[in-house]
Amino acid sequence: MTHPSLVSTPLENYEETVLGDQKIIKMRAIASGNYAMGSMDGGFQNKGVQSPQYEVYVDAFWMSEKEISWEIYQEFLYREKDHIRADDYGDLVLEIDGLSAATMPYVNFNVTNHPVIDVTQYAASMFCKWLSAKTGRFYRLPTEAEWEYACRAGTTEPYSFDPNLIDDYAWYADNSQGTFHPSGLKKPNSFGLYDMHGNVAEWVLDHYDPKGYDTALDSGHFFLRKESLYPRVFRGGSWRDPKEALRSSERDYSSPKLKQRDPQLPKSLWWHTDAPHIGFRVVRSNKILNLDEMNLYWGSPIKEY
Amino acid sequence: MAYTGAGLLASKLPTQAHAYVAGVGEISVALVGCGGRGTGAAAQAIQADPAVRLVAMADVFDDQLQNSFKGLSMKLADSGQIKVSPETMFVGFDAYKKAIDRADVVILTTPPGFRPVHFEYAVNQGKHVFMEKPLATDVIGIKRILAAGKLAKQKKLNVIVGLQRHYQKNYLTAHELVQKGKIGDIVSGQVYWNSPGVWVRKRQYQQTELEYQMRNWYYFNWICGDHILEQHIHNIDVANWFIGSIPLSAQGMGGRETRKGRDHGHIFDHHFVEFTYPEGQIISSQCRHQRGCMNRVEEVFQGTKGHLRINSENFASINSNNGKSIYQHVDQGDVNPYQQEHNLLFTAIKSGTYQFDDVPNGANSTMTAILGRMATYSGQVLTWDQAMASDLKLVPDLNSFNDLAPVVPNTEGHYPVPVPGVTTFI
Repeated sequence: MTHPSLVSTPLENYEETVLGDQKIIKMRAIASGNYAMGSMDGGFQNKGVQSPQYEVYVDAFWMSEKEISWEIYQEFLYREKDHIRADDYGDLVLEIDGLSAATMPYVNFNVTNHPVIDVTQYAASMFCKWLSAKTGRFYRLPTEAEWEYACRAGTTEPYSFDPNLIDDYAWYADNSQGTFHPSGLKKPNSFGLYDMHGNVAEWVLDHYDPKGYDTALDSGHFFLRKESLYPRVFRGGSWRDPKEALRSSERDYSSPKLKQRDPQLPKSLWWHTDAPHIGFRVVRSNKILNLDEMNLYWGSPIKEY
Repeated sequence: MAYTGAGLLASKLPTQAHAYVAGVGEISVALVGCGGRGTGAAAQAIQADPAVRLVAMADVFDDQLQNSFKGLSMKLADSGQIKVSPETMFVGFDAYKKAIDRADVVILTTPPGFRPVHFEYAVNQGKHVFMEKPLATDVIGIKRILAAGKLAKQKKLNVIVGLQRHYQKNYLTAHELVQKGKIGDIVSGQVYWNSPGVWVRKRQYQQTELEYQMRNWYYFNWICGDHILEQHIHNIDVANWFIGSIPLSAQGMGGRETRKGRDHGHIFDHHFVEFTYPEGQIISSQCRHQRGCMNRVEEVFQGTKGHLRINSENFASINSNNGKSIYQHVDQGDVNPYQQEHNLLFTAIKSGTYQFDDVPNGANSTMTAILGRMATYSGQVLTWDQAMASDLKLVPDLNSFNDLAPVVPNTEGHYPVPVPGVTTFI
């Protein structure tokens, strides 16, 4: 475990142009800081253990202000415009040709203008790798600690907003009308991030450890990875959850049930048949890493039988 | 490799001495068609009952069979239920016979063009069957399926067809409610399979034309039946099921707009069909394989009293025509329908009961989709009876990869595509 290096220049918000047209990912700069991760109580229906609460330092990073949309994800899916690169290509050198290509979804309920859903954590990570190759900047999924830090946006209460005003901020079971919605229709938190609570839950990098945060380390760059496909954490609750499951500290995690209606063997690396409530957003850290280190964040495929 | 020359091997060695022989109370299963779906179905069979023993596998492609065996072993070796040995792995165009001969129950999961021949053989040999949809790609195939189905019934052989919505709780519940008149009489409906499309397997060096078509099978009508049949059959099947009848006629339109490369064979990338049913009900069926468009895979019905929206994500919603919610399906860990098909099949077989004859429905749904395809290919109104009189044979008898392929590309590598208004009948 290396101690995170301090970022000297303050980060600024920017727009990542994915294809030289309207397909833009707005990135919010998030300053470094300390916060208390987790909560003192057991979590909604004791699903994901989120105690004991502990102090975490998080390095500065950028996070996409919305969940990644189906429009943008399609470009990764079809790979027809790989030759178009960002005008202000970054320092990262990564060949795009060798990147894994996602297969077509078997059953697809993805909708225009909405967040991409039914994606595996691996698919989300490979999108990040592809986006990195397109732009020359290192994108990845957030660590769980980064995600909660961004969700809390400096708050210590269960939500980043007044719970009486939840309908202004979040899509959940009581107001979603049984479906997900375009990201960005509700109010953002004070970091300028939309839909951290509700709409679609979001993949983070970490595996879920039922021992909770007992053994967690004091570093925002720490994330728990095991050589197993399940369980991995997704955060924020979704359009089909009760509001309690949307709290900043709530954790949920994957299981083979998310692919139970995949009739094939091996099952898809890329798609869940039973995750219309899970999408993701991306972060970019300000650190320079070599390819091996970046690959640790992006992960590798695990065949599922 | 012994298994590639299984025919030769069989004449030299008394294979029975080597092959696994099912013990008392055990149910032997053969897998015919070792792709991703077949491998999944074999796993479901094994998981359905501890008495199941997978004893033989067959495919035209050795690599596919080996991958399937490897996958099954990774998942289920500990079960002790995989009893396949190199002597019972059969590769080739006649491999299915050797595998079927060794089992009580067979899983038929090749591409649909071969289904009639395989099903016929399985029934003649007195086997119970799980087979994937669709059941054929042409009317000649449908007739063979129906005839074999009759024989299966006489022999009391259980047959389940992989139209798994019939084994999914939200569909079963909604169907019961519709039967009870909760939406009144169905007057119309819309059924959809609109998606970006499926995989492509590019032509490889040294492949014969026939091998290429059998690898990249999705794009060839003779073996796949076009996506209106191969995928959209699920939604068309639901229309027949909920209305309680097959259609009288169909008319529609379709073509190739965005998916028309050399590796896309000659099937359409979109079809829109109007099916007319005996009491005047109209079902609009749309299926599309185009990127960047609206995606939707579900069924909707309008009745005299209410309407239903239903899909495979364990979703069903019934509302009255004056806006009142009548039923909202809640997924309470509903059993996976793909697993349920096998659970029911093996329960019936184990208890020695004859319970399942999915052939008439499977054949009707297959035929309905073929009727839709004939309508979009020809651009004409076609009745069920006209279509059933078709004697066009899409699937020839094939014995080797060196046989002439059923369709041949032109000098630019493109295949003949049906032209509405010109194509008479396919």
